[in-house]
Amino acid sequence: MPEPTTPTPPRRAAGGVGTHPAAPAGPRPHAAGVGTSPARPEAEAKVNGAFDYASDLHFDGMLWGHTLRSPHPSAGIRAVDTAPALALPGVHAVLTAADVPGKLHYGLIDADQPVLAAGEVRYQGEPVAIIAADTLDTARLAAEAIRVDYEVREPQCDPQAAVDAGNHFRYQPVRLGEPVTAEAAVIIAREYTVGMQDQAPLGPESGAAVPTGDGGVRLHVATQWLHSDLEQLAPCLDLEPDRIHMVMAGIGGAFGAREDLSVQAHMAMLALATGRPVKMMYDRAESFLGHVHRHPARMRYEHGADEHGRLVYVKAHIVLDGGAYASTTDAVVGNAASLAVGPYEVEHVAIDAWGARTNNPPCGAMRGFGGVQTCFAYESQMDALAEALGLDPLEIRRRNAVAQGSRLINGQIIDAPSPAAPAVVGSDAVPQAGTAPSPAPPGAAGADARPFSPLADMIDRIREIPVPAIPAARDILDLPGGTGNTTHGEGVRRGVGYGVGLKNVCYSEGFDDYSTARIRLELEDGEPVATIHTAAAEVGQGHWNLQTQIVRTELGVDRVRLAPNDTKVGSAGSSSASRQSYMTGGAVKAAAEAARALWTDRDLADGPIEATRVFRHRATKPMDAITGQGDSHVQLALCVHRATVDVDVELGLVKVVDLTCVQDVGKAMNPNALEGQIHGGTAQGLGLAVMEELVTVRGEVKNASFTDYLIPTILDMPPMRLHIVENADPEAPYGLRGAGEPPTLSSTPAIVAAIRDATGLALTRVPVRPEHLTTGRPS
Amino acid sequence: MSEGMRVRMRVDGAEIAADVDRPGESLLTSLRDRLGLTGSKNACEQGECGSCTVLLDGLPVCACLVATAQCEGREVKTVVGAVPRPVRDAFVACGAVQCGFCTPGLLVSVADLLDREPDPDDALIREALAGNLCRCTGYEKIIEAVHVAAEAMSDGVPRVPARSHLHHNQWINVTTFPRGDAETGEDTP
Repeated sequence: MPEPTTPTPPRRAAGGVGTHPAAPAGPRPHAAGVGTSPARPEAEAKVNGAFDYASDLHFDGMLWGHTLRSPHPSAGIRAVDTAPALALPGVHAVLTAADVPGKLHYGLIDADQPVLAAGEVRYQGEPVAIIAADTLDTARLAAEAIRVDYEVREPQCDPQAAVDAGNHFRYQPVRLGEPVTAEAAVIIAREYTVGMQDQAPLGPESGAAVPTGDGGVRLHVATQWLHSDLEQLAPCLDLEPDRIHMVMAGIGGAFGAREDLSVQAHMAMLALATGRPVKMMYDRAESFLGHVHRHPARMRYEHGADEHGRLVYVKAHIVLDGGAYASTTDAVVGNAASLAVGPYEVEHVAIDAWGARTNNPPCGAMRGFGGVQTCFAYESQMDALAEALGLDPLEIRRRNAVAQGSRLINGQIIDAPSPAAPAVVGSDAVPQAGTAPSPAPPGAAGADARPFSPLADMIDRIREIPVPAIPAARDILDLPGGTGNTTHGEGVRRGVGYGVGLKNVCYSEGFDDYSTARIRLELEDGEPVATIHTAAAEVGQGHWNLQTQIVRTELGVDRVRLAPNDTKVGSAGSSSASRQSYMTGGAVKAAAEAARALWTDRDLADGPIEATRVFRHRATKPMDAITGQGDSHVQLALCVHRATVDVDVELGLVKVVDLTCVQDVGKAMNPNALEGQIHGGTAQGLGLAVMEELVTVRGEVKNASFTDYLIPTILDMPPMRLHIVENADPEAPYGLRGAGEPPTLSSTPAIVAAIRDATGLALTRVPVRPEHLTTGRPS
Repeated sequence: MSEGMRVRMRVDGAEIAADVDRPGESLLTSLRDRLGLTGSKNACEQGECGSCTVLLDGLPVCACLVATAQCEGREVKTVVGAVPRPVRDAFVACGAVQCGFCTPGLLVSVADLLDREPDPDDALIREALAGNLCRCTGYEKIIEAVHVAAEAMSDGVPRVPARSHLHHNQWINVTTFPRGDAETGEDTP
């Protein structure tokens, strides 16, 4: 991949020829700094076809790797005969579990997943053997030639039955008060189902492993977290971590799919076995089997409210299907439990959340991470309560909205100032930053007796944005069914619905979450140039650009360079949990501040300055195993959506005609990229609402292709109207709030609520499919 | 494996010969793996995603669905040779590129659209780009980029819109609360 260089913004007035620029006194506005929308540093390469994605890698003399996967969701392996594959011309290595050099298992949280299956397989698609050959075709033929003697077993595919049998990765209850029905004027009890969603990044899993000649290996791979990959890989390869050099390859989207290992251990094993570079690249079908998915969920909810619509109690029984291996199910269950009632005040709560172990495909990280499933359920419940009480759906949310000082169900106080500023440690003598001044509460609080509620404010704002009118004359193409020309408007009903989402930002539950940044300042042609070195994954969200903006703001330099992301600098953590602006943004800011301080005392003509900083957010606490209580989240972010839909109630076709969104982002660091995140997150929520489901039957995936797994096209997406709110978080760098995930939570329930409004159906399952709308429809 | 064959074609203006040893090899595989021309992307290889869209004798096709053997003597234009500068500039300026994996195919489709229809409305844009999947953007800024590109190409004046979304979407508003100076407070003397 070409080293990303950023376009030099228009020159500002600077020192004349012969004078060396001096350090700025502090951060200051820059034409391409924080709050502006400069072009991304890698955009030019991306529009010229010159950006090297992991699937574009090529090394001289390289072999192609391929994976033989289990066709069975559950089976014993009696024997694997690799001889027929090895006998094929052009095949250089065929490896099985017996060839794993070190530890046999890996995993993000629990190391329970076999590098290659030994003795049994637990899901369809589990890797059994790997092949290196001259061409990918040859490697695929070799995989077909391998004889595996399976003893096929009955798969365990029912998550509730698995939980009943004690097969779960985590059980997390939350208990608060005494949830009793007596005081409730209205009780709503319903069961909700969320299908298995896939991240479906367009770039396939891919990478290349290159032997370094001294027994070590260099991996070029598209991943969300280089250092976690390294930590998991090294023991499996039986190599010291410093013998493995991880280098980021160009990433074609991630959305959680690149959080777990895919090609990494396999291609490294093949490269070490053959002594040659080995490239691996999944095709789309293998991609669907080769990464984790969003947990499908079954959730039984009971909400009790008084006659004014104030919540009295909430009970929920949540079963998330973790599939065959642990992946991040532990953390997903924690999120589902702690965020189970959403951004609403309630005194009495009994939540039981499980992550089941089954023979279904492993599930783990996807944008929204445990927050998406429960959001669909609790928002559906809020609508049902409103309907039962004759209340406006926005009004019932407003009446229950958390405010500053409110207690979440995990006992955490929302938006309360914390005694500890973000901790920064570094490798030079610059003292730690002091405590940030506590800001006054936002001005809107003033007259109201209640503490300021950011959510109530956002609800008021979305109410003010007009609902789009039904045009007098509509093009047939604009109706549900679109180019299919299935209606002239008869049977088409309009509906409007709302959804509110609450998402935690950064890693929760006491995890030591940190990021590292190194900044080097030097003179080139008499001008200061800053080089940023981090391991943070640019997955498409615009993080490289953000780093350059921060450095330009903090150091006032025009010329900024990004060193390739690799493991020669400390961990940046994952590009997930909406955390990278906060965490690596925080690290880059801290390193830039340190470099600025050093620059004040010296002339760059005397030599370069380098500063490295490790940034940590405030410490969090685990959730109590019995009560779920614990100050477990770092930061919380809110998003409100309104969906307007047209539904052809005769054919069951849905056309989303408008999505309006109010989101609190703390600080719009790069407005253009931010809008793109909200648009894209909203689109994935639309996908879950009406299109996307990876269908499994008895553990077998039935639609592992873009022909059968449908993601939104440009025809499926409506215009999106955004109102971005900057309600700064004083603890976060620049006041920002993580923004990538919240829209994915709230758009799904908003769309389903709109479909309910149009059809009068209860709709307790997503995705909503045509048959859900045409059968059981009230006449 | 069958006997090899040599296919001569013009790719982005250059005369190129591809030695193909399988009759079914796709144009996409030949471009990417045989000729090292990786500008066209391989997201699905079954004609669903549009990431490999190229112009074949001026018509947009999915390179993964065309056999290289069909391309003898024909002209292939990829993202490298098919896309006018203003279209690329508009995609960059409007934020229509995120991960960028769909971008080469989308750019070729947009080039084809603007060649047929210099000033398309939203409905035409949606119809023309319906075969190009994007997982990152929700398509909003892609639509906007097509409008910006069309405008730039109509008068030949290259433009880089500062906050160009207002061109297409007048409903992006930002509200900033008064607050303590968290932005600069810590380090400003």
